Parts: sequence; C-alpha cells; structure tokens
Amino acid sequence: MSRVNENHVGEGEGSCTANLSKPRCAYRAHSLRFRYQSNDSTNTKWALDGLSFQVAEGEVLGIVGPNGSGKTSLLKMLARLTSPQQGGIDLFERDLAGMAQEEIARVVGLVQQDTQQLFPFRVAETVLMGRFPHRPRSRWGSGFGWERAEDLAIAEEAMRTMDVVHLAHRAVTDLSGGERQRTMIARALAQMPKVLLLDEPTAFLDLQHQVEIGSVLRRLNDRHGLTVILVSHDLNLVSQYCDRIVLLAEGQVVRLGSPEEVIEPVVLEQIYRCRVLVDQHPVSGVPRVTLPGQTTIGTN
Amino acid sequence: MKNMPVTLSTSPGSGQLSDGQGGVASSQGGAVQGAILTRSRLTTILGLLSLTALVVSLMCLHFGAESIAYGDIVRVLAGTMAVGQNHEESSLADITRTILFQIRLPRVVLGFLVGCSLASVGVVLQALLRNPLADPYVLGVSSGAALGAAVGVWCGVGTTFLAEVALPACGFAGGILALVIVYRMANSYDRLPIHSLLLTGVILNAIFSALIMFITSILDPNRSYGMMAWLMGTLTSPTYSGLVGVLVYLSISLLLLFRQMPVLNILALGEDAARSLGVDTEQAKRSIFVLTALITGAVVSVSGMIGFIGMVIPHAVRLAIGADHRLLLPASALVGGTFLMAADTMARTVIAPTEIPVGIITALAGGPFFVYLLLWRKDRLA
Repeated sequence: MSRVNENHVGEGEGSCTANLSKPRCAYRAHSLRFRYQSNDSTNTKWALDGLSFQVAEGEVLGIVGPNGSGKTSLLKMLARLTSPQQGGIDLFERDLAGMAQEEIARVVGLVQQDTQQLFPFRVAETVLMGRFPHRPRSRWGSGFGWERAEDLAIAEEAMRTMDVVHLAHRAVTDLSGGERQRTMIARALAQMPKVLLLDEPTAFLDLQHQVEIGSVLRRLNDRHGLTVILVSHDLNLVSQYCDRIVLLAEGQVVRLGSPEEVIEPVVLEQIYRCRVLVDQHPVSGVPRVTLPGQTTIGTN
Repeated sequence: MKNMPVTLSTSPGSGQLSDGQGGVASSQGGAVQGAILTRSRLTTILGLLSLTALVVSLMCLHFGAESIAYGDIVRVLAGTMAVGQNHEESSLADITRTILFQIRLPRVVLGFLVGCSLASVGVVLQALLRNPLADPYVLGVSSGAALGAAVGVWCGVGTTFLAEVALPACGFAGGILALVIVYRMANSYDRLPIHSLLLTGVILNAIFSALIMFITSILDPNRSYGMMAWLMGTLTSPTYSGLVGVLVYLSISLLLLFRQMPVLNILALGEDAARSLGVDTEQAKRSIFVLTALITGAVVSVSGMIGFIGMVIPHAVRLAIGADHRLLLPASALVGGTFLMAADTMARTVIAPTEIPVGIITALAGGPFFVYLLLWRKDRLA
C-alpha cells in the first residue's frame, strides 16, 4: 500500500518511528470520516472529518478537545464499537475492519466512561469477564464457560494492580464511583490487552484516586509496554501522564505532539474559547493549565 | 498498589502468563475463587431447587377437589396400585388412577414447563434489555403472541389438525413483532430509561389488547368465552400427545437458550461493553430474540397470558443467589416452574369445584411486587 510512505509525513501525522526504537505501529488511522446516522438528511456534518494519525506501540496518547469534538467517537472506533464511513484503521498492521470482534478483544481493552452497573455481579465475577475473549472454544461453542486456574490467576493479578482484591465479594452495584472505575480497569487488564483505551478514566474520582490511576497507567506502560490511549477533559492529567497529545476540534486533528507542543495558550484559547494560562508544573516541569476566570475571548 | 504484578504480559499473542511464572497460576486466584460460582455451589443450589420442585409437585397432585393420599400417589406413580379384593375398591383405585394420570399429572407437568419457560424468558429479556423489570407480559411480548394466536383462531386454524403447530407459530410471529418494536425503542438511545421501556410495553399491550378484544367480539359467543378464559391465563389438562409435543418443543428451545448463559453475563454489561469483550452482539441478539419469541409464542398458545412470573421470579432469585446467569437462569427456571405449579393448584382449589384462571393469582402475587420495586427499590432501577 502507498501508506508506507506516510511514516515520514512528519509532525502532523505523528510518525511511529519518531521517538522510539520500536518501529511497530499500534494504530494507524488514515482519513477517518464518520457521522452519526440520522433521519435528518440535511444534517451532513461529520463528527470525525478526515482524521489521520499513528500511535506507536508502548506509547501513552491523550486525546483532548472540547465537547462534541469527536473524542469518544474516535475511541469507540478504535475498539470497533462503531466503524468509520470512510477511511480505515490498522491495528498492529492488520485492517481492523477485517478482524473478528473477539480477536480485537484479545488485543484491545476498553474502559468506558459510563460504568454504572445494573446487575449485582460481584467484583471478582466482573473482572473475570475480561477473560471472556480468551476462553477455550470447541466445536460446540464455549460450553458452560468454567474459568480455568489460569483465568483466576490473571484476574487476581489485575485486581491486585487496581487495588480491588479486598472488594472481590462486593456487588458492583454497591461500589463507589472510584471503586467501580478501578474494577472496570481491572476487567480490561484481565483481557491482557496490548492496547488499553480509556474514556475519561478519572471523571468520577477524587484527587487521590486520580493520581493513583494516572500512575498505575504509567507503570503498566513503563514495565510492560502497554499502549495506553485515553480521552480526557483534564488537560493537566493528560499533560502529566501522556507522551503525546492529540487535540481534536470539530472532528479534525488540530495539534498532535508532545505536551509542550500541544498545550499552548494560543491554541487552547482558540479551540476552547476562553482565556487560559499555561506555566510549568513545579515538580514535573510539564505544561500546566490554569483558568484565570470567566473572561470570554471576544466579549471585551 | 505497591506490589505491582510482573505477570501482566503484553507480549504478542499474550493470554498466557509470562515471565516464567506459569507455576504461580495454580497457587493464585484464591481471592477470586472464593467469590465466584463454583461447581459445588451450582450443583447444591440446583439440587435443592429440584428437590423442592419434586416435593411441591407431589403436593400439587395431592390437593384438588378430591384430595389423594400421598401414599396412593406414590403407589400409583410407581405402578403398584394394588388391585383391590372387591369390586368397590378396585373401581376406587381406577378413579384415583384416572384423576392422577388424566387430569392432575399432565396439568402439573404443563404448569411446571410453562413456569420454567416464562421465568427463563424473563431472565434473558432482563439481561438483554438491561432492565430488571423486563418480562414478556409487561413488555407486551405475551400480548403480541396472544394476538398472533387469536388471529390464528379467528382464521380457523384452531379447529384444524394444524392447531398444535399453527397456533404456536402464530404466537411466535406476534411475539417477535412485539420484541422487535420493544428492542428498537430500547436501542434508539444508548439505553432507554427503564420507565420509558415500561411505557412502550404499556402502549403495545393496549394496542394488542384492543385488537384481541376486537377479534373476541366478532367470534361466536361460545368460542369467545373460551378465548376470554385463555387470555386471562389458564392451564388446562392437556392430552398426552399435546403434552409430549409441548415438552419436546420447550425443552429443545430452553436448552438452546441455556447454551447462551455465558454470553448473557457479558450482554448484561451493555452492548458496547459486550462488544469490547469480543461478543458478536448482533448474532447473539438475533438468536436470543428468536428463541425468546419461539418460547413465548408456544407458552402463550397453550396457557394464555400468565403475567409477572418472568419478572418476579428472576428478580427474587437474583437477590438470593447473585447475578451469574449460569446459575441464575437454571435456578429461575426451577423456581418459576415450582411457583406456577403451586399457583395453579391454588387456582384449582381455592373455590373448588370452580376454577379461577391462574393468571389472576400470578398477577395478584406479582403486581404488588412490581409496585414495591418501582417505589422502594428506585436506587437499583435508575
């Protein structure tokens, strides 16, 4: 394919070979266009309009942007919960559209934003569901689905990583927001994914758990090369924990690069339409965003 | 959070423990093991429920307009009813035998099957629609099936030799129509609020009931009376050939439905989550919907609209034993069967010799539970 050349397209496309010795691409998205199906045929606005980018294996990528910029649509597309109308996505050099859902689930773990649970599955049961795509199959289907010793061990490791072992017997319906979020991440880790996708992983968490989730993700990345792609409104979280950031607006990539390249007052003020101050984080030195007040650009 | 595992492998084609720690696998998992469904828990609970079902079925054979002693039931069932010395005793034995075999036993078996089916369908619909109040009756699936069957009767298939096949088929058609409407409503948003889904059911019920009333009113009075009784949910003693037909049909459909148990656990997380865990949701939904409609269609065509079992039983069982469908589904089936056998026995006996439709009893038991859930368990339904 002619796309091979795009490895050298440069900054805007984010080449997989940029900063890493490993040349492998976890994801390569080219010219994605997507819009929601609607009965109103006059509504031809694309939710995602010609996105191209690459994610290197072992990278932590943050996706940021205003409401309605297509962040969640993009994340769902990477897990193939939805498919683009135009363009395509390669997952580790394989066309995502041609893969079975179960194959994808063995490589990609997804933690969604709304983790509200309805049925009182226990935490241990919930985490074990992450083993579903790895279950042994026979000609007669998956049988009764008894978990193997291996599944139990992997689930327990995932629970230990996310610090939910002590909740094993609790029903997910009785958990606090933070406990539930950690349980859901543990479920995704039990899939033993190579890529972890997270939608607003810290949205309902208090400060302590925000920090914990951030450092756990970072640690999984450091030690095991887990590729992490997270969508967040929290620019400071993204700046702190991500190698690179994609800034989306109106379905297009506005900026893609290191936190220093993306977290710039001029860019952010234009996209978010409010005044922002950017300075350096006193400890880590990454860009830090502060909102000075309610002054809207252009009103005075 | 300190002791980070080194066993989480992200190497290509992972799925095995890495770092040469495979041996740890068997010694770990203890914390998980204690909190999940085990074989012994499954067999113990299902065994106890089966035993209860057996005891209750004996009681159902005992009670009636004429109660039969338990000893006689056991003797007759074992085929060792002694032929009496004199003519009078012998004829008594014959009567007992006739009541048992021709009237009570087939009806008790049918009640059990219908109860099993309704409770199973309830469990499955609740998981699929992610709504703990889902039930074939409340959602209008039963009345869809009833409309189908009523149309069948109206067109005259009920009086032909086709009846045993054609009426369930008509019921299936009506049931799947209702299911598709309900599901499209439920899925037109990410997840329809529970009350809106119930409202859909109310509307469907109203429309289907009106059409059924219309058909009933243009039938001749004799047939319309039978239809009214059937609509209220009535078990009658089936012929043995009919019973065997229903038994085979429902057993096969239920077994096929039970094969979906592991997938149901995942589907209950919601459609997106299920897909992200590798479930082909479209295919799973299709097969589950068809099976659900097949079962509901058959059940409605033999017993009319018996309500609330599909909602109350799964809900209560889930509260007692947890949400894992591999236990929840068979346990609910057993409890549902047992409950309907008992309810039908009440229907036969409370004002004997007059019988009341068993649907009245299940509605009287289930309705208040439904109200309780809506009013006091809001936290679980939001």
